[in-house]
Amino acid sequence: MPLGLLKYGRGSDYPFERQPDLPGPRELKKHYDVVIIGGGGHGVATAYYLAKYHGITNVAVLEKAYLGGGNTARNTAVIRSNYLTPEGVRFYSASVKLYENLANEFDFNIMYSQRGQLTLAHTDATVRAFRQRAEVNKHFGGRTEMIDRQSIAELVPCLNLDPAQLPVLAGLWHQDGATARHDAVAWGYARGATQRGVELHQLTEVTGIESAAGQVTGVVTNRGKIACGTVIQAVAGHSAVMSQKAGFPLPIVAYPLQAMVTLPVKPFLNPLVSSSALHCYVQQTSRGEIVIGGGSDPYPLYNSRASLPLKESLIASAVDMFPFLSEMRLLRQWAGITDMTADYSPIMGLSPLKNYYLDAGWGTWGFKATPICGKTMAELVASGGEVPTLIQPFTLERFDHFQQVNEMGATAASH
Amino acid sequence: MSPSRLEHPFGQLIDRDTPVTFEFEGETVQGYAGDNVASALIGEGRWLMSRSFKYHRPRGPLSLAGHDANTLIQTPTAANRLAEDLMAKDQGTLSGQNYLGSLKFDYYSLLDRLGRFLPVGFYYRAFFKPRGMWRFWENVIRNAAGLGVANLEATPRYTDKQYLFCDVAVIGAGPAGLNAALTAATGGAEVLLVDEQELLGGALTYHRFTLEDDSRAQTLKALSNAVANHDKIRVLTGATCNAWFSDHYLPVFQGDRLYKVRAKTCVLATGSSEQPVVFRNNDLPGIVLCSGLERLMMHHGVCPEGPAVILAGNDDAYLTAITAAEAGLSIAGVVDLRSEPDDLALPAALSELGITLYQSATVYEAHSDKSGAQLGAVTIYPIESEGKVGVTPTHLECRLLAMSAGFMPAYQLACHGGAKLAYHDDKSEFTLTELPEGMHLAGSVNSTHDLKAVCADGRNAGRGALRALALETDNDETVQCERHVNHPWPIFKHPKGREFVDFDEDLQIKDIINSARLGYRDIQLVKRYSTVGMGPSQGRHSALTTARLIADATERTVTETGVTTARPPVKPESLGVLAGRRFHPIKKTPMDQRHLALGAHMIPAGSWRRPAFYGALDHRAANIAAEAHAVRNGVGMIDVSTLGGIELRGPDAAEFMNRIYTYGFLKQPVGKTRYAALANEQGVIIDDGVAARLAEDHFYVTATTTGVDRVYSEMLRWNAQWRLDLDIAQVTSAYSAVNVAGPFSRDVLEQAGCNIELSSESFPYLACREGMVAGIPARLMRVGFVGELGFELHVPSLMAQTLWDKLMVAGEPFNIKPFGVETQRLLRLEKGHIIIGQDTDGMSHPGEVGLAWAINRKKAFFVGRRSVDILMSQPLKRQLVGFTLSPSAPKPEEGHLVLRDGDIVGTVTSCEYSPTLAKVIGLAYVHPDDAQPDSEVTIRTADGVCVQAPIATLPFYDPGNARQQL
Repeated sequence: MPLGLLKYGRGSDYPFERQPDLPGPRELKKHYDVVIIGGGGHGVATAYYLAKYHGITNVAVLEKAYLGGGNTARNTAVIRSNYLTPEGVRFYSASVKLYENLANEFDFNIMYSQRGQLTLAHTDATVRAFRQRAEVNKHFGGRTEMIDRQSIAELVPCLNLDPAQLPVLAGLWHQDGATARHDAVAWGYARGATQRGVELHQLTEVTGIESAAGQVTGVVTNRGKIACGTVIQAVAGHSAVMSQKAGFPLPIVAYPLQAMVTLPVKPFLNPLVSSSALHCYVQQTSRGEIVIGGGSDPYPLYNSRASLPLKESLIASAVDMFPFLSEMRLLRQWAGITDMTADYSPIMGLSPLKNYYLDAGWGTWGFKATPICGKTMAELVASGGEVPTLIQPFTLERFDHFQQVNEMGATAASH
Repeated sequence: MSPSRLEHPFGQLIDRDTPVTFEFEGETVQGYAGDNVASALIGEGRWLMSRSFKYHRPRGPLSLAGHDANTLIQTPTAANRLAEDLMAKDQGTLSGQNYLGSLKFDYYSLLDRLGRFLPVGFYYRAFFKPRGMWRFWENVIRNAAGLGVANLEATPRYTDKQYLFCDVAVIGAGPAGLNAALTAATGGAEVLLVDEQELLGGALTYHRFTLEDDSRAQTLKALSNAVANHDKIRVLTGATCNAWFSDHYLPVFQGDRLYKVRAKTCVLATGSSEQPVVFRNNDLPGIVLCSGLERLMMHHGVCPEGPAVILAGNDDAYLTAITAAEAGLSIAGVVDLRSEPDDLALPAALSELGITLYQSATVYEAHSDKSGAQLGAVTIYPIESEGKVGVTPTHLECRLLAMSAGFMPAYQLACHGGAKLAYHDDKSEFTLTELPEGMHLAGSVNSTHDLKAVCADGRNAGRGALRALALETDNDETVQCERHVNHPWPIFKHPKGREFVDFDEDLQIKDIINSARLGYRDIQLVKRYSTVGMGPSQGRHSALTTARLIADATERTVTETGVTTARPPVKPESLGVLAGRRFHPIKKTPMDQRHLALGAHMIPAGSWRRPAFYGALDHRAANIAAEAHAVRNGVGMIDVSTLGGIELRGPDAAEFMNRIYTYGFLKQPVGKTRYAALANEQGVIIDDGVAARLAEDHFYVTATTTGVDRVYSEMLRWNAQWRLDLDIAQVTSAYSAVNVAGPFSRDVLEQAGCNIELSSESFPYLACREGMVAGIPARLMRVGFVGELGFELHVPSLMAQTLWDKLMVAGEPFNIKPFGVETQRLLRLEKGHIIIGQDTDGMSHPGEVGLAWAINRKKAFFVGRRSVDILMSQPLKRQLVGFTLSPSAPKPEEGHLVLRDGDIVGTVTSCEYSPTLAKVIGLAYVHPDDAQPDSEVTIRTADGVCVQAPIATLPFYDPGNARQQL
């Protein structure tokens, strides 16, 4: 047993520290230097880095419900950098690097677990695309390679290599692929940020954004008005709704995305496995549950309700990949709302309003970007609007100039 | 010897004449047909069935209804099956799960002793130092966690699905549900009645509603007969409605079948979950809910070993005690948390039976017997104030404890529909509000507990459903229920802990409170931090206590605190049943059997399969080379039936073509073909094909095998806007096609018999004709994808195999050779033709891929026009070009990168060794500055080896295009 647990057994009372992980509710101030709309992983990560690296602590994170309750809590916690475009790979690789040390930085175990991610190719077109992804990844120092059927069988012996008349031809093996406890990531950031003086206000919904002369002057909440110097919107799932409040549209359409878990069983599956053709991914959590996810619902909707047809098709695909799952039991099904952009890349940086910054368009790739997104958004704020190189390709303006960063092929099914 | 059971009317479900046996943990267990595994085990005095998730504490059944995780056991094929859900008669060998050693002696139970080192969320606080240690600890924790062991050899069983339609779906066939169903059916509605139990009647089958218990049997008989005989009611028993989806779409699981029910309206008569009292060691095997004990006796005739203690938070528990005593169970005492029952006749009834009553008292601690895995005694203390006990203990020996702290509505289905729970302090009860349209509640899920009131409530819900269906009905009855069934604070914190709030997750009072004190105040955060409610029973027995504890700890009301969102499914459901029968159709062309006979190596192409080449995979290169040689020097034939085919017919057909495709089609002459490229609104080329104009108002267009469905739906979508006068029909499967290519292709057609003049003068390159070939009506196009004289013949699919056979015979003198799609890809590459989807990606615009010639910039509009204009006015960022390499150089593979000054500038999209040209040829995206024929680009091949590849002029083969025009 690790020594860190000894203190808990010393007395009969829980050894609370000077501060709880998360401070209790408090009054809103009249003015903050920075207001971050959205208390998900991205929002609190940005606050954390603002406080930690830039000494900016007069910051309020406003969350309409509870900390990390949106897509931070609903994603299936896949962390990877095996994207297709150089811009994407550079960005997500930086995120993976930050993730690797996050638990120790927080002194809070986010259960970062680098088990590797295997994506299956069932057509020669996919094999070509995967080879390209592997090459781009390697170019930026990532550990990604193409592996053959034999190696796949060794890596995941219980996998059916001939599912649904779609024999597996090869696999993209991404050793850097990982998972983590998604809630803990948000809590760790929130804990670190609030300990440094940032205020986290839950149950505080932004209902309006006030601006004058192309500049935001304040936000209106269900608890009153706040004046502010800079605003960041980090409300993936509802990005386009929030930007409307700020007075401009975003090229984002929201789709529900379903995920589900089984009852826990003893470990049998180490890597995260996904199939490009079956639009399904399967992984086993450290609790032993099998997490199954995949394609989005076929229509846009701002609703995180569960639906039956997608569950049926996803489970069918999972059973194609792992036939013995048919004897397992599904415990829970839920959905998140994904901000989909035309090029499957995020929208980060400047907006039409001078001091209003965007952290949006996170589709199915938001969780894995949490650390690097927070870090670069903090740099953007601290510099007063100088966009860090790493996120320049993701500017909103790219849609005006046909400078899209196309990650469609690298996001389907793998998330 | 068969185990003894209670006499009739106990044991309604079992057949005493049919003993059955099965193995559990290596020992033979006897029961009767109708027993489930849990009832059979308890019938033999075995309470221990599982080990808990975190501390590996011994556990036995709590609800006896399959509503808790304490009965999860292992079968040979499956982990995590509820013992109540497994029929004793169907079982072979069963065992417990989640232990190291045996169910009785689990080495992991050491964790229970180490429990104080493992507080709530302990895994967030340690295991990660020094960096990298989590990798080790995670494995340790993973192995201790999990529950059962998945059988990796299991294969899917036959399961099926059926759609059902009804006016009213009534979920729950207790007194409320039966009344609702009858009222709705009598009013003219088609009713589907669903219940988890095998018996109709719900609580009527086991619960005593009054001391006299005079009318229950009659009520049950009358109701269930009326329902069973009603021709407008369909009954599904042993069936679980596991979710409510929008518009009353209800998945109902019955055995290996999933019914997908579309109801116009629904009545939820789902009842309520009895709640445990929270005290130290309240999880010992032998501690059950009162309803659990009632089910055991009434359904299975099992009278567990006494003496028993009844712990009462309401009058219902007294009735359980009286029923049990009458059945012969020795009752050591009834302990009432209250100062007196609501019905003052109850104490007298107890004393008549000689049962000691302890009032204003609670069981404060339970003790195990010598085995450590079964209840042996309890300590009772007087209650001084809310949750606090006095100083004088009473010790009672007992083997069984049945408890009832109250009831929680079975809220799950209603909450799937968006209903909210509100807490009523006066009754200490959660009730459901804000129901979705068309949903009606009845019975105890609607906080109605008195049998008369429940029945009336059921009839009212039936009336509500009738009104929703616009059917006539009479006025609602007045429903009055004054009964208090919930104790306000059945929670007794013990200095030594182990008072379990959540049995699934081994969470004690302090774990819940400490979560809030650590700052996780919102109920959702409490859930996420402590994992309360995340286990297999989804908070059924923990939500109420958690809400009360958190409300208290955070100084909010219970309503404000609330419970966590209910997610489907209500009960864990089978993945095999959800998946259903697997159906993986594959499309075969009419010539499929011929290809197989010729030894083709088949590969998937979308939902089709087609030959990659003919001959063994081991000789891939040689086979492809031989086929290519035949096409270049003699004649070859390829089955191109998988190509998409679309007919466009009508006065506006040309106008439509002109708008949808990038090229000009208005002036396309009849009898001519044109290359047709399709862009999307972003200006990206997404498909291509050949458009043949067969008449002024008639085009026949091909599309790629995998793209045709999208092209077709795009066409329909656009014309829904444009409303041009034409018909668009997809004829991919109606027509099949072959391409006869090579210098002798004309001779083969003539040999086969063709009524069209085939000479170059009358049937030139890019022309199309209709006529007869080998006696078969055909559309002929002279196209040049592979770069030789060639004819593509499209014929009705029924005749395609005959055509193939006749052409093979006619081609015999010319050594005709069938070739596959990989050979075709090589040949087209030699010719420099791109394949959309291989040589293009989701960003490729016409300017990048050398298709500028296929764009008509003079016409006013085509789909993607605006974007194409913008893209083509910008400087190129990359360009698709041809390159060559000597055969001795490392061969790049498709997907390898093109580098420039160490940066990625492009990628290889096609690359093959060309036997015709005796060198490696390929297509790649390169920097525009390197796109000229005298440039060289750097390609990084396998293992990081870079090669310098000179840029070539396209096409590689026959640059003058003489051969295809022969």
